Amino acid sequence: MDNDIKRSIILDNYQDNSNRIIPDNVSEYIKINSNNDSCIDNIDIYVKINGNLIEDIKYYGEACVIAISSTNILRNLLVGKTFDEAKNILRNYFNMIEEKEYDNHLLKEACVYSDISKQPSRKTCATLFARGISKILSQNDK
Amino acid sequence: MNREDFTILNNGKLIYFDNGATTLKPDCVRDTINDYYNIYTSNIHRGDYSSSLKVSELYDNCREEVRDYINAKYCCEIIFTSGATESLNDIVFGFFRHNLKKGDEVLITESEHASNVLPWFILQKEMGIVVKYISLNENYEVTIDNLQKAITNKTKVVSLAHVTNVIGDVRDIKNIAKICHEKDIFVVVDAAQSAAHEKIDVVDMDIDFLAFSAHKMYGPTGVGVLYGKFNLLKKMIPCRYGGGMNAIFNNDGYVELKDLPDRLEAGTPNIEGVLGLCECIKYIKKIGLEKINKYEHDLRKYLIDRLSELDFITVYNKNNNGIIVSFNINGVFSQDTAIYLDKYNICVRAGNHCAKMVKNVFNVANTVRVSLSFYNTKEEVDLLINVLKNSKNIWEEIL
Ligand SMILES: Cc1ncc(COP(=O)(O)O)c(C=O)c1O
Repeated sequence: MDNDIKRSIILDNYQDNSNRIIPDNVSEYIKINSNNDSCIDNIDIYVKINGNLIEDIKYYGEACVIAISSTNILRNLLVGKTFDEAKNILRNYFNMIEEKEYDNHLLKEACVYSDISKQPSRKTCATLFARGISKILSQNDK
Repeated sequence: MNREDFTILNNGKLIYFDNGATTLKPDCVRDTINDYYNIYTSNIHRGDYSSSLKVSELYDNCREEVRDYINAKYCCEIIFTSGATESLNDIVFGFFRHNLKKGDEVLITESEHASNVLPWFILQKEMGIVVKYISLNENYEVTIDNLQKAITNKTKVVSLAHVTNVIGDVRDIKNIAKICHEKDIFVVVDAAQSAAHEKIDVVDMDIDFLAFSAHKMYGPTGVGVLYGKFNLLKKMIPCRYGGGMNAIFNNDGYVELKDLPDRLEAGTPNIEGVLGLCECIKYIKKIGLEKINKYEHDLRKYLIDRLSELDFITVYNKNNNGIIVSFNINGVFSQDTAIYLDKYNICVRAGNHCAKMVKNVFNVANTVRVSLSFYNTKEEVDLLINVLKNSKNIWEEIL
Protein backbone atom coordinates (compact mmCIF):
# COMPACT_ATOMS: atom_id res chain seq x y z
CA MET A 1 0.00 0.00 0.00
CA ASP A 2 1.21 3.49 -0.82
CA ASN A 3 2.46 5.55 2.14
CA ASP A 4 0.15 8.49 1.49
CA ILE A 5 -2.87 6.21 1.40
CA LYS A 6 -1.78 4.48 4.60
CA ARG A 7 -1.31 7.81 6.31
CA SER A 8 -4.69 9.08 5.28
CA ILE A 9 -6.40 5.89 6.49
CA ILE A 10 -4.60 6.20 9.82
CA LEU A 11 -5.50 9.88 10.20
CA ASP A 12 -9.13 9.38 9.18
CA ASN A 13 -9.51 6.77 11.84
CA TYR A 14 -7.58 8.81 14.39
CA GLN A 15 -9.93 11.75 13.85
CA ASP A 16 -13.14 9.73 13.73
CA ASN A 17 -14.51 10.30 17.21
CA SER A 18 -17.92 8.74 16.62
CA ASN A 19 -17.16 5.72 18.78
CA ARG A 20 -14.60 7.34 21.04
CA ILE A 21 -17.16 7.89 23.79
CA ILE A 22 -18.40 6.33 26.99
CA PRO A 23 -21.68 4.66 25.95
CA ASP A 24 -24.91 6.15 27.36
CA ASN A 25 -26.30 2.84 28.49
CA VAL A 26 -22.97 1.87 29.98
CA SER A 27 -24.44 -0.86 32.19
CA GLU A 28 -25.14 -2.95 29.10
CA TYR A 29 -21.44 -3.03 28.25
CA ILE A 30 -18.48 -4.98 29.58
CA LYS A 31 -15.56 -2.66 30.32
CA ILE A 32 -11.87 -3.37 30.27
CA ASN A 33 -8.91 -1.03 30.58
CA SER A 34 -5.95 -1.44 28.29
CA ASN A 35 -2.69 0.39 28.80
CA ASN A 36 0.95 0.19 27.87
CA ASP A 37 3.56 -0.05 30.61
CA SER A 38 6.28 1.43 28.51
CA CYS A 39 4.36 4.49 27.43
CA ILE A 40 1.26 6.42 28.32
CA ASP A 41 -1.41 4.95 26.07
CA ASN A 42 -4.47 4.27 28.16
CA ILE A 43 -7.99 3.48 26.95
CA ASP A 44 -11.14 1.95 28.34
CA ILE A 45 -12.88 -0.47 25.99
CA TYR A 46 -16.65 -1.05 26.26
CA VAL A 47 -18.14 -4.10 24.56
CA LYS A 48 -21.82 -4.98 24.23
CA ILE A 49 -22.33 -8.69 23.74
CA ASN A 50 -25.51 -10.42 22.62
CA GLY A 51 -25.21 -14.17 22.90
CA ASN A 52 -22.34 -15.01 20.62
CA LEU A 53 -22.37 -11.71 18.80
CA ILE A 54 -20.40 -8.51 19.32
CA GLU A 55 -23.16 -5.97 19.05
CA ASP A 56 -21.22 -2.77 19.74
CA ILE A 57 -17.86 -1.43 20.87
CA LYS A 58 -16.99 1.99 22.23
CA TYR A 59 -13.68 3.22 23.61
CA TYR A 60 -12.50 6.18 25.60
CA GLY A 61 -9.13 7.48 26.66
CA GLU A 62 -5.89 9.11 25.60
CA ALA A 63 -3.33 7.46 23.43
CA CYS A 64 -1.03 8.08 20.48
CA VAL A 65 -2.05 8.24 16.85
CA ILE A 66 -1.17 4.58 16.21
CA ALA A 67 -3.04 3.31 19.25
CA ILE A 68 -6.20 5.33 18.62
CA SER A 69 -6.36 4.72 14.86
CA SER A 70 -5.81 0.97 15.24
CA THR A 71 -8.48 0.89 17.93
CA ASN A 72 -10.96 2.54 15.60
CA ILE A 73 -10.10 0.33 12.62
CA LEU A 74 -10.36 -2.89 14.61
CA ARG A 75 -13.51 -1.68 16.34
CA ASN A 76 -15.17 -1.25 12.95
CA LEU A 77 -13.95 -4.66 11.81
CA LEU A 78 -15.23 -6.49 14.86
CA VAL A 79 -18.69 -5.00 15.42
CA GLY A 80 -21.35 -7.37 14.09
CA LYS A 81 -19.03 -10.39 14.13
CA THR A 82 -19.45 -13.57 16.12
CA PHE A 83 -16.88 -14.47 18.76
CA ASP A 84 -15.27 -17.00 16.43
CA GLU A 85 -15.04 -14.57 13.54
CA ALA A 86 -13.63 -11.88 15.81
CA LYS A 87 -11.03 -14.20 17.26
CA ASN A 88 -9.96 -15.21 13.81
CA ILE A 89 -9.52 -11.58 12.77
CA LEU A 90 -7.53 -10.83 15.91
CA ARG A 91 -5.34 -13.90 15.41
CA ASN A 92 -4.51 -12.72 11.92
CA TYR A 93 -3.88 -9.22 13.19
CA PHE A 94 -1.39 -10.37 15.82
CA ASN A 95 0.28 -12.53 13.18
CA MET A 96 0.67 -9.55 10.90
CA ILE A 97 2.19 -7.44 13.68
CA GLU A 98 4.62 -10.26 14.46
CA GLU A 99 5.51 -10.62 10.76
CA LYS A 100 3.93 -14.05 10.43
CA GLU A 101 1.44 -15.33 7.82
CA TYR A 102 -1.91 -13.55 7.73
CA ASP A 103 -4.94 -13.11 5.51
CA ASN A 104 -5.04 -9.51 4.27
CA HIS A 105 -8.61 -9.85 2.97
CA LEU A 106 -9.73 -10.46 6.50
CA LEU A 107 -7.83 -7.49 7.93
CA LYS A 108 -8.81 -4.91 5.29
CA GLU A 109 -7.82 -1.40 6.49
CA ALA A 110 -5.92 -2.87 9.41
CA CYS A 111 -3.22 -3.84 6.93
CA VAL A 112 -1.89 -0.29 7.23
CA TYR A 113 0.11 -1.52 10.21
CA SER A 114 1.72 -4.37 8.28
CA ASP A 115 5.22 -2.95 8.63
CA ILE A 116 4.89 -1.54 12.13
CA SER A 117 7.42 -4.11 13.32
CA LYS A 118 10.07 -1.88 11.78
CA GLN A 119 9.39 0.41 14.73
CA PRO A 120 9.42 -2.10 17.58
CA SER A 121 8.41 0.47 20.19
CA ARG A 122 5.14 1.07 18.32
CA LYS A 123 4.04 -2.56 18.24
CA THR A 124 2.54 -2.15 21.69
CA CYS A 125 0.66 0.93 20.45
CA ALA A 126 -0.77 -0.98 17.50
CA THR A 127 -1.97 -3.79 19.76
CA LEU A 128 -3.39 -1.70 22.61
CA PHE A 129 -6.98 -2.42 21.59
CA ALA A 130 -6.35 -5.93 20.27
CA ARG A 131 -4.93 -7.10 23.59
CA GLY A 132 -7.81 -5.61 25.58
CA ILE A 133 -10.57 -6.99 23.38
CA SER A 134 -8.93 -10.43 23.26
CA LYS A 135 -9.12 -10.56 27.02
CA ILE A 136 -12.83 -9.73 26.97
CA LEU A 137 -13.50 -12.35 24.32
CA SER A 138 -11.72 -15.12 26.16
CA GLN A 139 -13.33 -14.19 29.49
CA ASN A 140 -16.84 -14.19 28.02
CA ASP A 141 -16.64 -17.16 25.70
CA LYS A 142 -19.34 -19.64 26.57
CA MET B 1 27.46 26.95 29.55
CA ASN B 2 30.15 24.38 30.48
CA ARG B 3 29.18 22.16 27.56
CA GLU B 4 32.81 21.20 27.08
CA ASP B 5 32.63 19.22 30.33
CA PHE B 6 30.28 16.67 28.75
CA THR B 7 31.62 14.25 26.16
CA ILE B 8 28.08 13.27 25.26
CA LEU B 9 27.29 16.85 24.22
CA ASN B 10 30.32 17.05 22.00
CA ASN B 11 29.70 13.78 20.21
CA GLY B 12 26.75 14.69 18.05
CA LYS B 13 23.64 16.72 17.71
CA LEU B 14 21.91 15.72 20.90
CA ILE B 15 19.50 18.28 22.32
CA TYR B 16 18.74 17.01 25.76
CA PHE B 17 15.66 18.58 27.36
CA ASP B 18 14.78 15.79 29.77
CA ASN B 19 16.84 16.83 32.74
CA GLY B 20 13.94 16.22 35.10
CA ALA B 21 14.20 12.51 34.29
CA THR B 22 17.95 12.36 34.64
CA THR B 23 20.79 14.70 33.80
CA LEU B 24 23.81 14.07 31.61
CA LYS B 25 27.04 13.23 33.38
CA PRO B 26 30.18 15.35 33.13
CA ASP B 27 33.51 13.69 32.37
CA CYS B 28 34.79 14.29 35.90
CA VAL B 29 32.05 12.07 37.35
CA ARG B 30 32.79 9.33 34.83
CA ASP B 31 36.52 9.59 35.58
CA THR B 32 35.96 9.36 39.32
CA ILE B 33 34.01 6.15 38.86
CA ASN B 34 36.61 4.79 36.45
CA ASP B 35 39.37 5.50 38.93
CA TYR B 36 37.59 3.50 41.56
CA TYR B 37 37.55 0.49 39.25
CA ASN B 38 40.88 1.07 37.52
CA ILE B 39 43.04 2.10 40.45
CA TYR B 40 41.67 1.21 43.88
CA THR B 41 38.74 -1.22 43.80
CA SER B 42 38.05 -2.52 47.30
CA ASN B 43 35.34 -2.61 49.92
CA ILE B 44 35.06 0.06 52.58
CA HIS B 45 35.69 -0.30 56.31
CA ARG B 46 37.05 -3.82 55.91
CA GLY B 47 40.62 -4.26 54.81
CA ASP B 48 43.86 -3.31 56.45
CA TYR B 49 45.45 -2.67 53.11
CA SER B 50 46.05 0.64 51.47
CA SER B 51 43.40 0.61 48.75
CA SER B 52 40.64 -0.21 51.23
CA LEU B 53 41.86 2.50 53.55
CA LYS B 54 41.88 4.94 50.65
CA VAL B 55 38.37 4.03 49.53
CA SER B 56 37.11 4.22 53.11
CA GLU B 57 38.55 7.67 53.45
CA LEU B 58 37.09 8.86 50.14
CA TYR B 59 33.72 7.37 51.06
CA ASP B 60 33.67 9.06 54.43
CA ASN B 61 34.67 12.36 52.83
CA CYS B 62 31.59 12.16 50.63
CA ARG B 63 29.43 12.46 53.68
CA GLU B 64 31.17 15.68 54.59
CA GLU B 65 30.78 16.95 51.02
CA VAL B 66 27.01 16.29 51.12
CA ARG B 67 26.67 17.70 54.61
CA ASP B 68 28.28 20.92 53.49
CA TYR B 69 26.14 21.05 50.32
CA ILE B 70 22.87 21.04 52.23
CA ASN B 71 24.38 22.71 55.29
CA ALA B 72 23.43 19.94 57.72
CA LYS B 73 24.83 20.16 61.24
CA TYR B 74 26.44 16.73 61.43
CA CYS B 75 27.88 14.24 58.96
CA CYS B 76 26.01 11.40 60.63
CA GLU B 77 22.72 12.98 59.54
CA ILE B 78 23.59 12.03 55.96
CA ILE B 79 22.56 8.49 54.95
CA PHE B 80 23.42 7.10 51.52
CA THR B 81 20.56 5.28 49.84
CA SER B 82 19.81 4.06 46.33
CA GLY B 83 17.97 7.29 45.52
CA ALA B 84 15.11 9.59 46.42
CA THR B 85 12.60 6.76 46.19
CA GLU B 86 14.41 4.62 48.73
CA SER B 87 15.00 7.62 50.98
CA LEU B 88 11.29 8.49 50.99
CA ASN B 89 10.32 4.87 51.63
CA ASP B 90 12.78 4.69 54.53
CA ILE B 91 11.40 7.92 55.99
CA VAL B 92 7.83 6.61 55.83
CA PHE B 93 8.45 3.00 56.86
CA GLY B 94 11.47 3.48 59.12
CA PHE B 95 10.25 6.52 61.01
CA PHE B 96 6.60 7.38 60.50
CA ARG B 97 5.29 3.82 60.69
CA HIS B 98 6.54 3.86 64.28
CA ASN B 99 5.63 7.42 65.16
CA LEU B 100 2.12 7.93 63.78
CA LYS B 101 -1.17 6.48 64.93
CA LYS B 102 -4.59 5.82 63.48
CA GLY B 103 -6.39 8.99 62.45
CA ASP B 104 -3.23 11.10 62.16
CA GLU B 105 -3.23 13.18 59.00
CA VAL B 106 -0.49 13.53 56.40
CA LEU B 107 -0.70 16.44 53.95
CA ILE B 108 0.63 16.14 50.41
CA THR B 109 -0.53 17.61 47.06
CA GLU B 110 -1.87 16.19 43.83
CA SER B 111 1.28 17.17 41.98
CA GLU B 112 3.60 14.95 44.05
CA HIS B 113 5.69 12.22 42.46
CA ALA B 114 4.57 8.62 43.06
CA SER B 115 7.47 8.15 45.47
CA ASN B 116 5.97 10.74 47.80
CA VAL B 117 2.44 9.36 47.47
CA LEU B 118 2.41 5.58 47.42
CA PRO B 119 4.36 4.96 50.66
CA TRP B 120 1.82 7.16 52.47
CA PHE B 121 -1.06 5.25 50.84
CA ILE B 122 0.42 2.05 52.26
CA LEU B 123 0.50 3.52 55.78
CA GLN B 124 -3.06 4.70 55.25
CA LYS B 125 -4.13 1.16 54.46
CA GLU B 126 -1.94 -0.46 57.06
CA MET B 127 -2.50 1.73 60.10
CA GLY B 128 -5.35 4.08 59.29
CA ILE B 129 -3.50 7.35 58.93
CA VAL B 130 -5.31 9.73 56.58
CA VAL B 131 -3.69 11.18 53.46
CA LYS B 132 -5.07 14.61 52.60
CA TYR B 133 -4.28 17.14 49.90
CA ILE B 134 -3.36 20.78 50.15
CA SER B 135 -5.33 22.55 47.39
CA LEU B 136 -3.25 24.15 44.68
CA ASN B 137 -3.93 27.69 43.48
CA GLU B 138 -4.68 28.69 39.87
CA ASN B 139 -0.97 28.37 39.04
CA TYR B 140 -0.84 24.90 40.60
CA GLU B 141 1.18 26.19 43.54
CA VAL B 142 1.04 25.63 47.27
CA THR B 143 0.16 28.85 49.06
CA ILE B 144 0.62 29.50 52.75
CA ASP B 145 -3.08 30.25 52.90
CA ASN B 146 -4.08 26.90 51.46
CA LEU B 147 -1.60 25.12 53.69
CA GLN B 148 -3.15 26.73 56.74
CA LYS B 149 -6.62 25.81 55.56
CA ALA B 150 -5.60 22.18 55.14
CA ILE B 151 -3.98 21.83 58.56
CA THR B 152 -6.20 20.41 61.30
CA ASN B 153 -5.38 19.43 64.85
CA LYS B 154 -4.76 15.92 63.53
CA THR B 155 -2.13 16.95 60.97
CA LYS B 156 1.18 15.35 61.91
CA VAL B 157 3.19 15.48 58.66
CA VAL B 158 3.49 17.77 55.65
CA SER B 159 5.38 15.99 52.89
CA LEU B 160 6.15 18.02 49.77
CA ALA B 161 8.45 18.18 46.81
CA HIS B 162 10.69 21.23 46.99
CA VAL B 163 10.20 21.48 43.22
CA THR B 164 7.56 19.38 41.45
CA ASN B 165 8.43 17.40 38.38
CA VAL B 166 5.48 18.30 36.15
CA ILE B 167 4.91 21.93 36.94
CA GLY B 168 8.32 22.84 38.27
CA ASP B 169 6.99 25.22 40.88
CA VAL B 170 9.40 25.97 43.71
CA ARG B 171 7.81 25.72 47.12
CA ASP B 172 8.59 28.14 49.92
CA ILE B 173 9.87 25.43 52.23
CA LYS B 174 11.22 27.82 54.87
CA ASN B 175 7.85 29.44 55.51
CA ILE B 176 5.99 26.16 55.19
CA ALA B 177 8.26 24.59 57.79
CA LYS B 178 7.88 27.57 60.10
CA ILE B 179 4.11 27.22 60.11
CA CYS B 180 4.30 23.45 60.52
CA HIS B 181 6.73 23.55 63.40
CA GLU B 182 4.58 26.03 65.30
CA LYS B 183 2.02 23.21 65.32
CA ASP B 184 4.42 20.32 65.92
CA ILE B 185 4.02 19.01 62.39
CA PHE B 186 6.92 17.13 60.79
CA VAL B 187 8.22 18.46 57.46
CA VAL B 188 9.42 16.00 54.81
CA VAL B 189 10.97 17.45 51.66
CA ASP B 190 11.44 15.58 48.39
CA ALA B 191 14.34 17.44 46.81
CA ALA B 192 14.77 15.15 43.79
CA GLN B 193 14.01 17.96 41.33
CA SER B 194 15.66 20.77 43.24
CA ALA B 195 18.99 19.47 44.50
CA ALA B 196 20.89 20.49 41.36
CA HIS B 197 19.06 23.75 40.80
CA GLU B 198 17.99 25.45 44.04
CA LYS B 199 19.91 26.16 47.20
CA ILE B 200 18.95 23.85 50.05
CA ASP B 201 19.87 24.71 53.61
CA VAL B 202 18.30 22.16 55.92
CA VAL B 203 19.03 24.23 59.03
CA ASP B 204 17.82 27.55 57.71
CA MET B 205 14.76 25.95 56.11
CA ASP B 206 14.30 23.81 59.22
CA ILE B 207 13.65 20.57 57.32
CA ASP B 208 13.07 17.39 59.35
CA PHE B 209 13.67 14.87 56.57
CA LEU B 210 15.02 15.37 53.06
CA ALA B 211 15.45 13.01 50.09
CA PHE B 212 17.26 13.34 46.75
CA SER B 213 18.96 11.35 43.97
CA ALA B 214 22.43 11.82 42.51
CA HIS B 215 21.39 11.06 38.95
CA LYS B 216 19.29 14.20 38.66
CA MET B 217 22.29 16.28 39.71
CA TYR B 218 24.87 15.15 37.15
CA GLY B 219 25.83 12.10 39.21
CA PRO B 220 25.41 8.36 38.70
CA THR B 221 22.18 6.38 38.95
CA GLY B 222 21.39 4.15 41.91
CA VAL B 223 22.58 6.45 44.67
CA GLY B 224 20.97 9.18 46.71
CA VAL B 225 20.68 10.78 50.09
CA LEU B 226 18.42 10.61 53.09
CA TYR B 227 18.87 13.47 55.50
CA GLY B 228 17.19 13.55 58.88
CA LYS B 229 17.65 15.76 61.93
CA PHE B 230 19.85 13.84 64.34
CA ASN B 231 17.21 13.45 67.05
CA LEU B 232 14.71 12.06 64.55
CA LEU B 233 17.12 9.88 62.61
CA LYS B 234 18.22 8.36 65.91
CA LYS B 235 14.67 7.03 66.33
CA MET B 236 14.48 5.61 62.85
CA ILE B 237 14.16 1.81 62.77
CA PRO B 238 16.32 0.29 60.02
CA CYS B 239 14.38 -1.20 57.11
CA ARG B 240 17.37 -3.42 56.22
CA TYR B 241 19.61 -5.55 58.42
CA GLY B 242 22.98 -7.14 57.71
CA GLY B 243 26.67 -6.41 57.58
CA GLY B 244 28.16 -3.03 58.32
CA MET B 245 25.32 -1.87 60.55
CA ASN B 246 25.58 -4.20 63.56
CA ALA B 247 28.00 -3.85 66.46
CA ILE B 248 27.46 -7.26 68.08
CA PHE B 249 25.14 -10.23 67.66
CA ASN B 250 24.96 -13.54 69.49
CA ASN B 251 23.47 -16.94 68.78
CA ASP B 252 20.61 -16.22 71.20
CA GLY B 253 19.36 -13.48 68.89
CA TYR B 254 20.88 -10.59 70.79
CA VAL B 255 21.77 -7.75 68.41
CA GLU B 256 23.32 -4.39 69.05
CA LEU B 257 23.36 -1.91 66.23
CA LYS B 258 26.04 0.62 65.36
CA ASP B 259 25.46 4.33 65.74
CA LEU B 260 24.36 6.67 62.98
CA PRO B 261 25.00 6.75 60.09
CA ASP B 262 26.15 3.10 59.81
CA ARG B 263 23.03 1.57 61.36
CA LEU B 264 20.96 2.80 58.41
CA GLU B 265 23.36 1.59 55.73
CA ALA B 266 23.24 -2.21 55.83
CA GLY B 267 25.38 -4.13 53.37
CA THR B 268 28.11 -3.04 51.01
CA PRO B 269 26.99 0.33 49.73
CA ASN B 270 27.04 1.63 46.19
CA ILE B 271 30.64 2.78 46.52
CA GLU B 272 31.16 3.92 42.93
CA GLY B 273 27.85 5.74 43.22
CA VAL B 274 28.75 7.55 46.40
CA LEU B 275 32.11 8.57 44.98
CA GLY B 276 30.32 9.80 41.85
CA LEU B 277 27.82 11.71 43.97
CA CYS B 278 30.66 13.38 45.81
CA GLU B 279 32.25 14.40 42.52
CA CYS B 280 29.05 15.83 41.06
CA ILE B 281 28.51 17.94 44.15
CA LYS B 282 32.04 19.28 43.87
CA TYR B 283 31.32 19.98 40.21
CA ILE B 284 28.14 21.92 40.98
CA LYS B 285 29.91 23.87 43.71
CA LYS B 286 32.69 24.74 41.29
CA ILE B 287 30.30 26.25 38.75
CA GLY B 288 28.22 27.80 41.50
CA LEU B 289 24.59 27.05 42.26
CA GLU B 290 23.61 30.70 42.09
CA LYS B 291 25.09 31.09 38.65
CA ILE B 292 23.37 27.88 37.50
CA ASN B 293 20.07 29.00 38.94
CA LYS B 294 20.19 32.38 37.23
CA TYR B 295 21.22 30.94 33.86
CA GLU B 296 18.49 28.31 33.91
CA HIS B 297 15.77 30.77 34.87
CA ASP B 298 16.81 33.17 32.13
CA LEU B 299 16.72 30.32 29.63
CA ARG B 300 13.28 29.25 30.79
CA LYS B 301 11.98 32.75 30.31
CA TYR B 302 13.38 32.75 26.79
CA LEU B 303 11.73 29.39 26.07
CA ILE B 304 8.36 30.55 27.41
CA ASP B 305 8.57 33.76 25.37
CA ARG B 306 9.37 31.86 22.19
CA LEU B 307 6.67 29.23 22.79
CA SER B 308 4.14 31.99 23.41
CA GLU B 309 4.70 33.22 19.86
CA LEU B 310 3.21 29.98 18.55
CA ASP B 311 -0.58 30.05 18.54
CA PHE B 312 -0.94 26.29 18.09
CA ILE B 313 0.84 25.52 21.35
CA THR B 314 -0.69 25.48 24.82
CA VAL B 315 1.74 26.09 27.66
CA TYR B 316 0.34 24.90 30.98
CA ASN B 317 2.69 26.45 33.48
CA LYS B 318 3.69 29.87 32.15
CA ASN B 319 3.44 31.57 35.49
CA ASN B 320 5.60 29.27 37.57
CA ASN B 321 9.00 30.06 38.94
CA GLY B 322 10.79 26.79 38.09
CA ILE B 323 12.74 25.58 35.08
CA ILE B 324 10.23 23.10 33.69
CA VAL B 325 7.87 23.88 30.82
CA SER B 326 4.85 21.67 30.14
CA PHE B 327 3.04 22.13 26.84
CA ASN B 328 1.14 20.42 24.04
CA ILE B 329 0.74 21.02 20.34
CA ASN B 330 -3.01 21.58 20.19
CA GLY B 331 -4.76 18.46 18.99
CA VAL B 332 -1.67 16.26 19.11
CA PHE B 333 -1.13 13.63 21.78
CA SER B 334 2.02 14.39 23.78
CA GLN B 335 3.71 11.12 22.89
CA ASP B 336 3.28 11.76 19.18
CA THR B 337 4.93 15.14 19.69
CA ALA B 338 7.82 13.51 21.54
CA ILE B 339 8.31 10.96 18.76
CA TYR B 340 8.29 13.78 16.22
CA LEU B 341 10.88 15.79 18.17
CA ASP B 342 13.04 12.70 18.52
CA LYS B 343 13.44 12.69 14.72
CA TYR B 344 15.44 15.88 15.27
CA ASN B 345 17.44 14.46 18.19
CA ILE B 346 15.43 16.53 20.63
CA CYS B 347 14.77 14.56 23.81
CA VAL B 348 11.65 15.54 25.74
CA ARG B 349 9.39 13.60 28.02
CA ALA B 350 5.74 12.89 27.23
CA GLY B 351 3.30 11.75 29.82
CA ASN B 352 2.13 12.37 33.31
CA HIS B 353 5.66 12.24 34.70
CA CYS B 354 4.86 9.78 37.48
CA ALA B 355 2.40 12.24 38.96
CA LYS B 356 -0.77 10.43 37.93
CA MET B 357 -3.03 12.68 39.95
CA VAL B 358 -1.92 15.65 37.89
CA LYS B 359 -4.86 15.17 35.55
CA ASN B 360 -6.93 16.56 38.39
CA VAL B 361 -4.68 19.61 38.32
CA PHE B 362 -4.12 20.49 34.65
CA ASN B 363 -7.33 18.93 33.33
CA VAL B 364 -5.17 17.14 30.78
CA ALA B 365 -3.59 13.82 31.60
CA ASN B 366 -0.49 14.11 29.48
CA THR B 367 1.87 16.87 28.45
CA VAL B 368 5.21 17.33 26.75
CA ARG B 369 7.76 18.36 29.30
CA VAL B 370 10.95 20.32 28.71
CA SER B 371 13.17 20.38 31.78
CA LEU B 372 16.24 22.55 31.46
CA SER B 373 19.80 22.48 32.64
CA PHE B 374 22.74 24.88 32.53
CA TYR B 375 24.16 23.12 29.45
CA ASN B 376 21.07 23.90 27.39
CA THR B 377 21.34 26.99 25.21
CA LYS B 378 19.21 29.57 23.44
CA GLU B 379 20.32 28.03 20.15
CA GLU B 380 18.80 24.73 21.26
CA VAL B 381 15.58 26.50 22.20
CA ASP B 382 15.54 28.15 18.77
CA LEU B 383 15.93 24.75 17.12
CA LEU B 384 13.05 23.36 19.15
CA ILE B 385 10.89 26.31 18.14
CA ASN B 386 11.76 25.81 14.49
CA VAL B 387 10.90 22.13 14.58
CA LEU B 388 7.62 22.96 16.32
CA LYS B 389 6.89 25.58 13.67
CA ASN B 390 7.20 22.88 11.03
CA SER B 391 4.97 20.51 12.94
CA LYS B 392 2.20 20.88 10.38
CA ASN B 393 4.10 18.01 8.80
CA ILE B 394 4.04 15.94 11.95
CA TRP B 395 2.01 13.11 10.42
CA GLU B 396 4.20 12.90 7.33
CA GLU B 397 7.16 12.62 9.65
CA ILE B 398 5.97 10.06 12.13
CA LEU B 399 3.54 7.93 10.11
C1 LIG C 1 9.77 15.01 42.44
C2 LIG C 1 10.41 13.66 42.38
N1 LIG C 1 10.46 12.90 43.48
C3 LIG C 1 11.01 11.68 43.47
C4 LIG C 1 11.56 11.14 42.34
C5 LIG C 1 12.14 9.76 42.38
O1 LIG C 1 13.51 9.77 42.14
P1 LIG C 1 14.29 8.41 41.86
O2 LIG C 1 13.56 7.72 40.76
O3 LIG C 1 15.65 8.86 41.48
O4 LIG C 1 14.28 7.63 43.13
C6 LIG C 1 11.53 11.88 41.16
C7 LIG C 1 12.05 11.30 39.92
O5 LIG C 1 11.55 11.50 38.84
C8 LIG C 1 10.94 13.17 41.19
O6 LIG C 1 10.89 13.92 40.07
